[in-house]
Amino acid sequence: MYFDSMADALAMGGHGVFVWGAYGISFVIIFFVLLRPVMSIRTLNAGIRQEVLRKQSAQVAQENAS
Amino acid sequence: MWRIIHQFGSPPWVYRFCDKVIPWLMPITIGALLVGSVWGLLFAPTDYKQGDSYRIIYIHVPAAVVALAGYYVMALAGLVSLVWRVKLADTAMRAAAPIGAAYTAIALITGAIWGKPTWGAWWVWDARITSMLILFFLYVGVIALFEAYENKTVAARACAILSLVGTVNIPIIYKSVDWWYSLHQPASIKFTGSSAIDASMLYPLLGMIITFYALFALLMMLNLKQSLTEEYAQSAWLNKRLAA
Repeated sequence: MYFDSMADALAMGGHGVFVWGAYGISFVIIFFVLLRPVMSIRTLNAGIRQEVLRKQSAQVAQENAS
Repeated sequence: MWRIIHQFGSPPWVYRFCDKVIPWLMPITIGALLVGSVWGLLFAPTDYKQGDSYRIIYIHVPAAVVALAGYYVMALAGLVSLVWRVKLADTAMRAAAPIGAAYTAIALITGAIWGKPTWGAWWVWDARITSMLILFFLYVGVIALFEAYENKTVAARACAILSLVGTVNIPIIYKSVDWWYSLHQPASIKFTGSSAIDASMLYPLLGMIITFYALFALLMMLNLKQSLTEEYAQSAWLNKRLAA
Protein backbone atom coordinates (compact mmCIF):
# COMPACT_ATOMS: atom_id res chain seq x y z
CA MET A 1 0.00 0.00 0.00
CA TYR A 2 1.17 3.51 -0.76
CA PHE A 3 -0.15 4.97 2.49
CA ASP A 4 1.37 4.40 5.94
CA SER A 5 -1.95 3.65 7.62
CA MET A 6 -5.60 3.17 6.83
CA ALA A 7 -6.32 6.52 8.51
CA ASP A 8 -3.93 8.21 6.06
CA ALA A 9 -5.65 6.49 3.17
CA LEU A 10 -9.05 7.72 4.37
CA ALA A 11 -7.80 11.28 4.84
CA MET A 12 -5.92 11.44 1.50
CA GLY A 13 -4.05 14.54 2.63
CA GLY A 14 -7.30 16.44 3.27
CA HIS A 15 -8.89 15.42 -0.04
CA GLY A 16 -10.48 12.25 1.33
CA VAL A 17 -14.06 13.51 1.11
CA PHE A 18 -13.64 14.36 -2.58
CA VAL A 19 -11.86 11.15 -3.61
CA TRP A 20 -13.97 8.69 -1.64
CA GLY A 21 -17.12 10.64 -2.50
CA ALA A 22 -16.37 10.50 -6.23
CA TYR A 23 -15.79 6.73 -6.07
CA GLY A 24 -18.88 6.24 -3.92
CA ILE A 25 -21.24 8.14 -6.25
CA SER A 26 -19.77 6.37 -9.30
CA PHE A 27 -20.31 2.95 -7.76
CA VAL A 28 -23.89 3.80 -6.82
CA ILE A 29 -24.62 4.82 -10.46
CA ILE A 30 -22.93 1.65 -11.81
CA PHE A 31 -24.86 -0.48 -9.31
CA PHE A 32 -28.20 0.91 -10.49
CA VAL A 33 -27.56 0.60 -14.24
CA LEU A 34 -26.44 -2.98 -13.60
CA LEU A 35 -29.36 -3.87 -11.35
CA ARG A 36 -32.13 -2.45 -13.56
CA PRO A 37 -31.87 -4.93 -16.49
CA VAL A 38 -31.06 -7.88 -14.17
CA MET A 39 -34.23 -7.34 -12.10
CA SER A 40 -36.34 -6.63 -15.18
CA ILE A 41 -35.18 -9.86 -16.90
CA ARG A 42 -36.00 -11.80 -13.74
CA THR A 43 -39.55 -10.41 -13.57
CA LEU A 44 -40.17 -10.91 -17.31
CA ASN A 45 -38.88 -14.50 -17.25
CA ALA A 46 -41.10 -15.40 -14.30
CA GLY A 47 -44.12 -14.05 -16.17
CA ILE A 48 -43.25 -15.95 -19.37
CA ARG A 49 -42.69 -19.23 -17.47
CA GLN A 50 -46.04 -18.85 -15.75
CA GLU A 51 -47.77 -18.20 -19.07
CA VAL A 52 -46.10 -21.27 -20.65
CA LEU A 53 -47.22 -23.47 -17.73
CA ARG A 54 -50.77 -22.09 -17.94
CA LYS A 55 -50.94 -22.88 -21.68
CA GLN A 56 -49.57 -26.38 -21.09
CA SER A 57 -52.09 -27.20 -18.38
CA ALA A 58 -54.91 -25.79 -20.53
CA GLN A 59 -53.78 -28.08 -23.36
CA VAL A 60 -53.71 -31.12 -21.06
CA ALA A 61 -57.19 -30.30 -19.75
CA GLN A 62 -58.49 -30.02 -23.30
CA GLU A 63 -56.97 -33.39 -24.27
CA ASN A 64 -58.51 -35.05 -21.21
CA ALA A 65 -61.93 -33.63 -22.00
CA SER A 66 -61.99 -34.94 -25.56
CA MET B 1 -18.79 -13.80 -43.67
CA TRP B 2 -22.39 -13.10 -44.68
CA ARG B 3 -23.53 -15.81 -42.32
CA ILE B 4 -21.85 -14.02 -39.40
CA ILE B 5 -23.45 -10.70 -40.34
CA HIS B 6 -26.76 -12.45 -40.77
CA GLN B 7 -26.47 -13.94 -37.27
CA PHE B 8 -26.12 -10.48 -35.74
CA GLY B 9 -29.54 -9.66 -37.12
CA SER B 10 -31.14 -12.77 -35.66
CA PRO B 11 -32.78 -12.18 -32.26
CA PRO B 12 -32.60 -15.83 -31.05
CA TRP B 13 -28.88 -16.00 -31.91
CA VAL B 14 -28.11 -12.71 -30.15
CA TYR B 15 -30.19 -13.76 -27.13
CA ARG B 16 -28.29 -17.05 -26.85
CA PHE B 17 -24.97 -15.23 -27.27
CA CYS B 18 -25.81 -12.77 -24.45
CA ASP B 19 -27.04 -15.63 -22.28
CA LYS B 20 -23.72 -17.45 -22.71
CA VAL B 21 -21.41 -14.47 -22.20
CA ILE B 22 -23.13 -12.63 -19.29
CA PRO B 23 -22.52 -15.32 -16.58
CA TRP B 24 -18.74 -15.09 -16.93
CA LEU B 25 -18.37 -11.46 -18.03
CA MET B 26 -20.31 -10.19 -14.99
CA PRO B 27 -17.99 -11.57 -12.23
CA ILE B 28 -14.85 -10.72 -14.23
CA THR B 29 -15.96 -7.12 -14.77
CA ILE B 30 -17.09 -6.52 -11.19
CA GLY B 31 -13.86 -8.11 -9.91
CA ALA B 32 -11.71 -5.98 -12.22
CA LEU B 33 -13.65 -2.88 -11.16
CA LEU B 34 -12.90 -3.57 -7.49
CA VAL B 35 -9.23 -4.46 -8.10
CA GLY B 36 -8.70 -1.40 -10.30
CA SER B 37 -10.33 0.92 -7.75
CA VAL B 38 -8.24 -0.43 -4.86
CA TRP B 39 -5.12 -0.11 -7.01
CA GLY B 40 -5.90 3.48 -7.94
CA LEU B 41 -7.05 4.47 -4.45
CA LEU B 42 -4.43 2.77 -2.29
CA PHE B 43 -1.45 1.55 -4.33
CA ALA B 44 -0.77 4.10 -7.05
CA PRO B 45 1.64 6.87 -5.99
CA THR B 46 0.46 10.37 -5.06
CA ASP B 47 0.70 13.12 -7.66
CA TYR B 48 3.39 15.63 -6.68
CA LYS B 49 1.29 18.63 -7.78
CA GLN B 50 -2.31 17.69 -7.03
CA GLY B 51 -1.76 15.38 -4.07
CA ASP B 52 -4.30 12.61 -3.60
CA SER B 53 -7.27 14.29 -5.29
CA TYR B 54 -5.80 13.15 -8.64
CA ARG B 55 -6.92 9.59 -7.74
CA ILE B 56 -10.34 10.52 -9.16
CA ILE B 57 -8.66 10.11 -12.57
CA TYR B 58 -9.09 6.32 -12.37
CA ILE B 59 -12.87 6.75 -12.56
CA HIS B 60 -13.17 10.07 -14.39
CA VAL B 61 -11.05 9.36 -17.49
CA PRO B 62 -12.29 5.79 -18.15
CA ALA B 63 -15.93 6.93 -17.80
CA ALA B 64 -15.36 9.87 -20.17
CA VAL B 65 -13.46 7.80 -22.76
CA VAL B 66 -16.10 5.08 -22.91
CA ALA B 67 -18.96 7.63 -22.83
CA LEU B 68 -17.56 8.97 -26.13
CA ALA B 69 -16.89 5.53 -27.63
CA GLY B 70 -20.38 4.43 -26.58
CA TYR B 71 -21.85 7.25 -28.62
CA TYR B 72 -20.33 5.74 -31.77
CA VAL B 73 -21.95 2.41 -30.88
CA MET B 74 -25.33 4.13 -30.50
CA ALA B 75 -24.97 6.24 -33.68
CA LEU B 76 -23.75 3.26 -35.73
CA ALA B 77 -26.68 1.15 -34.55
CA GLY B 78 -28.93 4.09 -35.44
CA LEU B 79 -27.44 4.22 -38.94
CA VAL B 80 -27.96 0.48 -39.50
CA SER B 81 -31.52 0.75 -38.19
CA LEU B 82 -32.24 3.73 -40.43
CA VAL B 83 -30.69 2.43 -43.67
CA TRP B 84 -31.31 -1.33 -43.53
CA ARG B 85 -34.35 -1.32 -41.25
CA VAL B 86 -32.87 -3.97 -39.00
CA LYS B 87 -35.09 -4.14 -35.93
CA LEU B 88 -32.27 -5.48 -33.77
CA ALA B 89 -30.11 -2.44 -34.58
CA ASP B 90 -32.85 -0.22 -33.23
CA THR B 91 -32.92 -2.34 -30.05
CA ALA B 92 -29.13 -2.01 -29.78
CA MET B 93 -29.35 1.76 -30.20
CA ARG B 94 -31.81 1.99 -27.33
CA ALA B 95 -29.70 -0.39 -25.23
CA ALA B 96 -26.67 1.92 -25.54
CA ALA B 97 -28.44 5.18 -24.57
CA PRO B 98 -28.92 4.66 -20.79
CA ILE B 99 -25.39 3.26 -20.42
CA GLY B 100 -23.93 6.27 -22.22
CA ALA B 101 -26.02 8.60 -20.08
CA ALA B 102 -24.76 6.90 -16.89
CA TYR B 103 -21.10 7.06 -18.02
CA THR B 104 -21.42 10.72 -19.00
CA ALA B 105 -23.07 11.48 -15.65
CA ILE B 106 -20.17 9.75 -13.85
CA ALA B 107 -17.63 11.74 -15.88
CA LEU B 108 -19.43 15.03 -15.15
CA ILE B 109 -19.99 14.37 -11.43
CA THR B 110 -16.47 13.08 -10.73
CA GLY B 111 -15.13 15.99 -12.81
CA ALA B 112 -17.02 18.46 -10.64
CA ILE B 113 -15.76 16.79 -7.46
CA TRP B 114 -12.20 16.85 -8.83
CA GLY B 115 -12.57 20.48 -9.93
CA LYS B 116 -13.39 21.76 -6.43
CA PRO B 117 -10.01 21.01 -4.76
CA THR B 118 -8.00 21.49 -7.98
CA TRP B 119 -9.51 24.52 -9.73
CA GLY B 120 -11.44 25.89 -6.77
CA ALA B 121 -14.81 25.52 -8.51
CA TRP B 122 -17.34 22.71 -8.91
CA TRP B 123 -18.33 23.84 -12.36
CA VAL B 124 -16.91 26.09 -15.07
CA TRP B 125 -18.52 26.68 -18.46
CA ASP B 126 -15.46 25.74 -20.44
CA ALA B 127 -15.56 23.99 -23.82
CA ARG B 128 -14.78 20.46 -22.65
CA ILE B 129 -17.32 20.44 -19.81
CA THR B 130 -20.05 22.15 -21.82
CA SER B 131 -19.68 19.76 -24.77
CA MET B 132 -19.78 16.82 -22.32
CA LEU B 133 -23.01 18.22 -20.88
CA ILE B 134 -24.43 18.32 -24.43
CA LEU B 135 -23.40 14.66 -24.82
CA PHE B 136 -25.41 13.88 -21.68
CA PHE B 137 -28.45 15.68 -23.10
CA LEU B 138 -28.09 13.76 -26.38
CA TYR B 139 -28.14 10.41 -24.57
CA VAL B 140 -31.10 11.46 -22.41
CA GLY B 141 -32.74 12.95 -25.52
CA VAL B 142 -32.67 9.60 -27.33
CA ILE B 143 -34.31 7.89 -24.33
CA ALA B 144 -36.96 10.62 -23.96
CA LEU B 145 -37.67 10.84 -27.70
CA PHE B 146 -38.37 7.13 -27.93
CA GLU B 147 -40.85 7.39 -25.06
CA ALA B 148 -42.53 10.44 -26.62
CA TYR B 149 -43.87 8.62 -29.69
CA GLU B 150 -46.83 6.27 -29.60
CA ASN B 151 -45.73 4.61 -32.85
CA LYS B 152 -42.47 2.84 -32.02
CA THR B 153 -41.33 2.51 -35.66
CA VAL B 154 -41.48 6.29 -36.03
CA ALA B 155 -39.88 6.69 -32.59
CA ALA B 156 -36.94 4.49 -33.59
CA ARG B 157 -36.41 6.50 -36.77
CA ALA B 158 -36.49 9.81 -34.90
CA CYS B 159 -33.98 8.46 -32.32
CA ALA B 160 -31.67 7.22 -35.09
CA ILE B 161 -31.70 10.65 -36.76
CA LEU B 162 -31.06 12.43 -33.45
CA SER B 163 -28.13 10.15 -32.60
CA LEU B 164 -26.64 10.59 -36.09
CA VAL B 165 -26.92 14.39 -35.98
CA GLY B 166 -25.41 14.37 -32.48
CA THR B 167 -22.26 12.69 -33.81
CA VAL B 168 -21.08 16.23 -34.69
CA ASN B 169 -20.51 16.77 -30.98
CA ILE B 170 -17.96 13.95 -30.59
CA PRO B 171 -14.98 15.48 -32.46
CA ILE B 172 -15.80 18.78 -30.73
CA ILE B 173 -15.38 17.08 -27.34
CA TYR B 174 -12.13 15.44 -28.43
CA LYS B 175 -10.63 18.66 -29.78
CA SER B 176 -12.15 21.08 -27.25
CA VAL B 177 -9.04 21.16 -25.05
CA ASP B 178 -6.85 22.01 -28.06
CA TRP B 179 -9.15 24.46 -29.84
CA TRP B 180 -10.13 26.65 -26.91
CA TYR B 181 -8.15 27.97 -24.01
CA SER B 182 -9.45 25.90 -21.16
CA LEU B 183 -8.94 24.94 -17.56
CA HIS B 184 -9.22 21.30 -18.53
CA GLN B 185 -5.86 19.73 -19.27
CA PRO B 186 -5.17 18.07 -22.64
CA ALA B 187 -4.85 14.29 -22.86
CA SER B 188 -1.81 12.81 -21.11
CA ILE B 189 -1.98 9.48 -22.90
CA LYS B 190 -1.02 9.52 -26.56
CA PHE B 191 -1.13 6.72 -29.09
CA THR B 192 1.84 8.20 -30.93
CA GLY B 193 4.85 9.46 -29.00
CA SER B 194 5.45 9.14 -25.28
CA SER B 195 2.72 9.66 -22.73
CA ALA B 196 3.06 12.41 -20.14
CA ILE B 197 2.28 10.03 -17.31
CA ASP B 198 4.45 7.62 -15.32
CA ALA B 199 4.03 3.85 -15.72
CA SER B 200 3.00 3.45 -12.05
CA MET B 201 -0.02 5.65 -12.80
CA LEU B 202 -0.50 4.61 -16.42
CA TYR B 203 -1.05 0.89 -15.82
CA PRO B 204 -3.91 1.22 -13.32
CA LEU B 205 -5.46 3.86 -15.60
CA LEU B 206 -5.26 1.62 -18.67
CA GLY B 207 -6.62 -1.24 -16.58
CA MET B 208 -9.61 0.85 -15.55
CA ILE B 209 -10.23 2.01 -19.15
CA ILE B 210 -10.33 -1.64 -20.32
CA THR B 211 -12.60 -2.49 -17.37
CA PHE B 212 -15.01 0.32 -18.25
CA TYR B 213 -15.12 -0.98 -21.84
CA ALA B 214 -15.90 -4.47 -20.51
CA LEU B 215 -18.59 -3.01 -18.24
CA PHE B 216 -20.10 -1.24 -21.25
CA ALA B 217 -20.20 -4.54 -23.17
CA LEU B 218 -21.76 -6.29 -20.18
CA LEU B 219 -24.44 -3.63 -19.71
CA MET B 220 -25.10 -3.61 -23.45
CA MET B 221 -25.74 -7.38 -23.39
CA LEU B 222 -27.94 -7.12 -20.29
CA ASN B 223 -30.03 -4.34 -21.85
CA LEU B 224 -30.27 -6.26 -25.15
CA LYS B 225 -31.38 -9.40 -23.34
CA GLN B 226 -33.93 -7.39 -21.39
CA SER B 227 -35.39 -5.79 -24.54
CA LEU B 228 -35.44 -9.10 -26.44
CA THR B 229 -37.23 -10.82 -23.55
CA GLU B 230 -39.81 -8.04 -23.61
CA GLU B 231 -40.25 -8.02 -27.41
CA TYR B 232 -40.33 -11.79 -27.93
CA ALA B 233 -42.28 -12.85 -24.83
CA GLN B 234 -44.82 -14.63 -27.07
CA SER B 235 -42.25 -16.29 -29.38
CA ALA B 236 -41.88 -20.05 -29.45
CA TRP B 237 -38.06 -19.98 -29.33
CA LEU B 238 -37.98 -17.94 -26.13
CA ASN B 239 -40.78 -19.90 -24.45
CA LYS B 240 -39.02 -23.16 -25.25
CA ARG B 241 -35.73 -21.86 -23.93
CA LEU B 242 -37.21 -20.58 -20.66
CA ALA B 243 -39.38 -23.64 -20.07
CA ALA B 244 -36.39 -25.99 -20.40
